[in-house]
Amino acid sequence: MSIQNREAFLNKLAENLGRSRRTEGVERPKWSVSPQWEVFKGATQDELVDVLEEQCKAIHTDFQKTSTADLENVLRETIERYEGNAIIAADDERNAEYQLDTYYQQLEAEGVEVHIWDAEKGKENQVFAERADVGITFSDATLAESGTVTLFNNKGNGRSISLLPKTYIAIIPKSTIVPRITQAARHIHEANQQGHEVSSCVSFITGPSNSADIEMNLIVGVHGPTKVTYIVVEDK
Amino acid sequence: MSIRIGTNSFEHRVQEGIKNDFMRGAVSSAQGRFRSGRLKAAEELGNWEDWRTLGEEIRNHTMENLDFYLQQLSDQVSKRGGNVFFAETAEEANDYIQNVIKKKNGKKVVKSKSMVTEEIGLNEALEEAGSEVVETDLGEWILQLDEDPPSHIVTPALHKNKEQIRETFAAKKGYDKTDKPEELALFAREQLRKDFLSADIGITGCNFAVAESGAVTLVTNEGNARLVTSLPDTQISVMGMERLVPTWEDLEVLVSLLTRSAVGQKLTSYVTSLTGTRLEGEVDGPEEFHLVIVDNGRSKILGTEFQSALHCIRCAACINACPVYRHVGGHSYGSIYPGPIGAVLTPLLDGYDDHKELPYASTLCAACTEACPVKIPLHEHLIRHRQIIVERENKAPKAEKLAMKGFAKWGSSPAAYKMSTKMARTALKPWTKEEKIENGPGPMKAWTDVRDFPAPSKQSFRSWYKTRKKGDEA
Repeated sequence: MSIQNREAFLNKLAENLGRSRRTEGVERPKWSVSPQWEVFKGATQDELVDVLEEQCKAIHTDFQKTSTADLENVLRETIERYEGNAIIAADDERNAEYQLDTYYQQLEAEGVEVHIWDAEKGKENQVFAERADVGITFSDATLAESGTVTLFNNKGNGRSISLLPKTYIAIIPKSTIVPRITQAARHIHEANQQGHEVSSCVSFITGPSNSADIEMNLIVGVHGPTKVTYIVVEDK
Repeated sequence: MSIRIGTNSFEHRVQEGIKNDFMRGAVSSAQGRFRSGRLKAAEELGNWEDWRTLGEEIRNHTMENLDFYLQQLSDQVSKRGGNVFFAETAEEANDYIQNVIKKKNGKKVVKSKSMVTEEIGLNEALEEAGSEVVETDLGEWILQLDEDPPSHIVTPALHKNKEQIRETFAAKKGYDKTDKPEELALFAREQLRKDFLSADIGITGCNFAVAESGAVTLVTNEGNARLVTSLPDTQISVMGMERLVPTWEDLEVLVSLLTRSAVGQKLTSYVTSLTGTRLEGEVDGPEEFHLVIVDNGRSKILGTEFQSALHCIRCAACINACPVYRHVGGHSYGSIYPGPIGAVLTPLLDGYDDHKELPYASTLCAACTEACPVKIPLHEHLIRHRQIIVERENKAPKAEKLAMKGFAKWGSSPAAYKMSTKMARTALKPWTKEEKIENGPGPMKAWTDVRDFPAPSKQSFRSWYKTRKKGDEA
């Protein structure tokens, strides 16, 4: 695609920096310190789950822990609590792995509207998401320190699922939990270097939407979901 | 709007700010909360100074190689189906964006909060060209309805109280509920949803672009920026040319510094990294993407002693630490960039002529420098600005010039100096009450209008020094 006015613009920068243009050969130096790698260094997976649970209190997010066998029940309770009559979920291969496919079919049989994201249906997905009570996705990387789920949005996991419905449920396979954003960023950095295309939208989501724009009062729930539940599942 | 707000003089703006009791109360309580949030978030990490050093090193390296990283960024964006436009001036940026909207036959534009688009006056330019522009950040929406400029770069409507906001919603949008913040926010959610769903163009700023992959990262809490970039078919992101990092590994460090320094959060609710257009088969996201990279005076700062001012990541920690901002509020600065960083940056971007007072709107206490997560020596830049104004530009404020002239004359004669220090107490006696001057004359008036000034001591320092005995603590 087009790039306009670049040469004159960058030549001027080089000139002001007092040197000729650098178009190649710039290496990032080794930084003198690396405090980001010290955070929860050497923590076990169970310790990280505890950190995540604690952080959920600070970010107004409900925290649940369960096994694969019991996931269905925890999900059912949460959906009932959110008065979910219309539900949208990502089209994810983990739906089968965690037996959610059968659970969603069962929900439909019980009269709940369930929409699994379908790229073929185009904007219809957004229209459904807009009126849905609950959006459900898996977390691709979970950051214990900040209480963040990371989504590599793609054609099966539309950005709208975690955004437009009133409430949001993230299913967190325990193995996806890392100490902090540092580990997720390195993963993306290395994948990019190996020539893998970075997702068109990487969403780091930390609890429900909020604002402090009116007299600095924290308002939980603005444009994005107003309530969020994380469900950590023992997957290994 | 441009970087400059209004046409009133600095003194007038300060007077307005000081008289506004609600604003002063709100600013001071906000500063307290922001500050304790930031300190707590920094403390939790334990080695905050290492983090600051790392932030400074990354910013320094990026600025020293800005041409290289901007080239890499634009190549990557282009590879992912995006168009890149390098704009030297605000006009060039606005013209380009107008043209994109015209070509798309765009009617409604939804925007997420962006300081650089305030700086270039984008909204006015688009409205002139016939577009409907809706600000969707809660604070910005309030200000847009009320036609008021922002007073803080993180919480732009800090100077307004909830009663005023309720009145604005009622007058402009027919709101009929209470002034409870939750109800006001819910109303904004309902109203703005319609705009998101019907908009054809989404415009965002950019907290950090990532050169290695072409991602534009937005750091937000409300979710409006995600809506702006998920629903409309065309997305335009506008970035100041210095707002980028080399790699994802550097991104996470600066995002961590930003969210902790700005609001004391480990991460904000949403950190969203967007690359190019939506991919094949994807429904959400734009089918057309434009990245506009803006100079607008920044390149003049490169290669100068002020270069580190470009390291700013717009967290507002310096603003929240500043005792002068606390008293006069954001609008006093007459710039969309208030506080210490505003006082450094505004004269650099817009010249000294209209902003010569700003470097003096500081006590040089260095609280700003200490708060800055990327170690910009803000108070040193302010001192340097003052030197330049005095030496080269000869634009020191009148009162100071007069005072300095007088001081030079009197101070050069020991006898005259001695006499004047003795006289001060007698001369100021009519205004002295319980060792305080509450309503001083002449040049003291501006000071004593808002606070007391201690009366000169009964004994001058020189006479005390002369008569003091060894070990005397008086």
